[in-house]
Amino acid sequence: MLAIKLAFKNLIGAGLRTWLNAFVLSIAYVVIIWHSGILEGWNRQARRDMIDWQIGGGEVWQKNYDPYDPFTLTDAHAPVPEKFQEQIKAGKLTPILVTSGSFYPEGRIQSVLLKGIDPQQSILKLPAGSLQKDNEAIPAMIGTRMAKNNRLKEGDYVTIRWRDALGTFDAAEIKIARIFKTSVPAVDNGQIWLPLDQLQNMLQMPGEATYLILEPGQNPIKISGWQHQGYDVLLAEMDEIIRRKSIGGTILYTIMLLLAMLAIFDTQVFAIFRRQKEIGTDIALGMTRGQVIGLFTVEGAVHGILAAVMAAIYGIPLLSMQAVHGMAMPEGMDDYGLAGAERIFPVYSTALIIGTVILVMITTTIVSYLPSLKIAKMKPTDAIRGKLQ
Amino acid sequence: MKHIIIYFLTTLTLYAQYPDGNVLLEKIDRNMISRNKIIISRMIIHGRRASRTIESKSWIQGSEKSFTEYLSPAREKGTKMLKLDDELWTYSPSADRSIRISGHMLRQSVMGSDLSYEDMMEDPKMQNLYSAGVIGEDTLLNRSCWILELQAKVPDVAYHSRKIWVDKTRYNILKEERFAKSGKLLKTTDILEIMQADDRWVAKRIIFKDALKQGRGTEFILESIEFDAHIPDYIFSKAALRK
Repeated sequence: MLAIKLAFKNLIGAGLRTWLNAFVLSIAYVVIIWHSGILEGWNRQARRDMIDWQIGGGEVWQKNYDPYDPFTLTDAHAPVPEKFQEQIKAGKLTPILVTSGSFYPEGRIQSVLLKGIDPQQSILKLPAGSLQKDNEAIPAMIGTRMAKNNRLKEGDYVTIRWRDALGTFDAAEIKIARIFKTSVPAVDNGQIWLPLDQLQNMLQMPGEATYLILEPGQNPIKISGWQHQGYDVLLAEMDEIIRRKSIGGTILYTIMLLLAMLAIFDTQVFAIFRRQKEIGTDIALGMTRGQVIGLFTVEGAVHGILAAVMAAIYGIPLLSMQAVHGMAMPEGMDDYGLAGAERIFPVYSTALIIGTVILVMITTTIVSYLPSLKIAKMKPTDAIRGKLQ
Repeated sequence: MKHIIIYFLTTLTLYAQYPDGNVLLEKIDRNMISRNKIIISRMIIHGRRASRTIESKSWIQGSEKSFTEYLSPAREKGTKMLKLDDELWTYSPSADRSIRISGHMLRQSVMGSDLSYEDMMEDPKMQNLYSAGVIGEDTLLNRSCWILELQAKVPDVAYHSRKIWVDKTRYNILKEERFAKSGKLLKTTDILEIMQADDRWVAKRIIFKDALKQGRGTEFILESIEFDAHIPDYIFSKAALRK
């Protein structure tokens, strides 16, 4: 307790030098918490959006389906097994049929994925209900990115061309019945959503699907020829991106901490050099070398406490404001196919804040302890005399 | 009732004047298919901004084997394509690798043209794929021709129906339209010039066009054609791709 009291007195007495050190350290606190909060916010938001718009509670893939290999689509379809029907009727499972095709916006040819979805489904947020029967053309829905890239709007007609199960070409007009806005590019870019039964007829694949989407919380029925894919597979790409971003963030934190630690280390070395008489007097008055080392170590570590207070003074309003208003994401992010809303709202967990404080405190203590070891080698008599050691 | 009988009689009389479509199809195939041939041609691919010309030499044996080597431009020079029955291989000199084109890749465009690899792979014997009926007459390139409507007789054919304009005496195709199952026009082939080679009549200048796409299509110009030429067997081997 005495050591802490003395440490505070000494630090306050050091004036501007203490506050500069504390300020640099406080920036490290704020940056670490801010960056981790942004990543956590992005991660949670992306996972939530992917579950809502794309993967539901998991997917059941036809055995030949590989979403990363469009060449598999030709063979990746099979009749939906009877055992799935009960879950489908209860709205706990919804089949999706996928094929590749071409479409011709403004007379240009473009490759596209045609996806069939049940207009009655409610597992995904996709507004499939807008795919109501139309006598003039096949109703279709696309995302805002697809609409923007191809200058399409609701009510427009466009020609699509595909091949049926036997490889024969077919073509028809589709009507853009709905343009939906989503933060998940994987259900938007290069995709046209059609009513499932119509796509099944177009492809001559009645009752068939490429994969099925489970309602969150539902357990899949195991059937041969169909493979269940959980979040560990479906969100793996997202997790990997966040992990890589975290590594990039760690480099930033390390630089920030190094700067702060360099300042504290420097201050400690300077203080020990300048306060040799005081060290000698302390030992002469009966303090052990360990107690003196402890005093100086605590003094350095208290920088961490002061920095935490300082970070709280300006950091809490700043970070709270961003938690409310969010951070705008760069526009080109969609090009990488990453799920991300226009604004990311950071999430600052208690574990994150406590973890950061502990990390900074431990680092500061270690950095303060190392120069103090020199005290152990000092001769108190020489120190009292002011002889430089 | 009298009108209906007259209508049917007139129609029957008209159809009676037309030859059998399937017989015509056989004659067309006979004109088109030879034991073997060597062709030198140019393909002009008209893009949105510019056009590209690709020159090639092809060795073709029956309907099963063909070997094509691109002669120009410099970028494509040395690229080769080998078709052996239903297998297609391409060789790129820059990568020094042979790749088998299969499955979905066969649907890709050849060198950015309006033709797909699959179009090139298609069985040229139309009577194997379609049954034909004559539906009318027309005049193209100052030649009198029959209009034939072809309906697929096998299920796994790329185009469900076709319409072809055939010279009445020379039995060469002067125009073609390919349709989707829905009846939508997908591709057109317009013959702009014909030439005689030995005792056959062949198209010298052709425009292939994706009918759903804007643009001027792909022009094919036949520079020379030699029927029943001597083609050594090694040409139709994978080893020839690397030579």
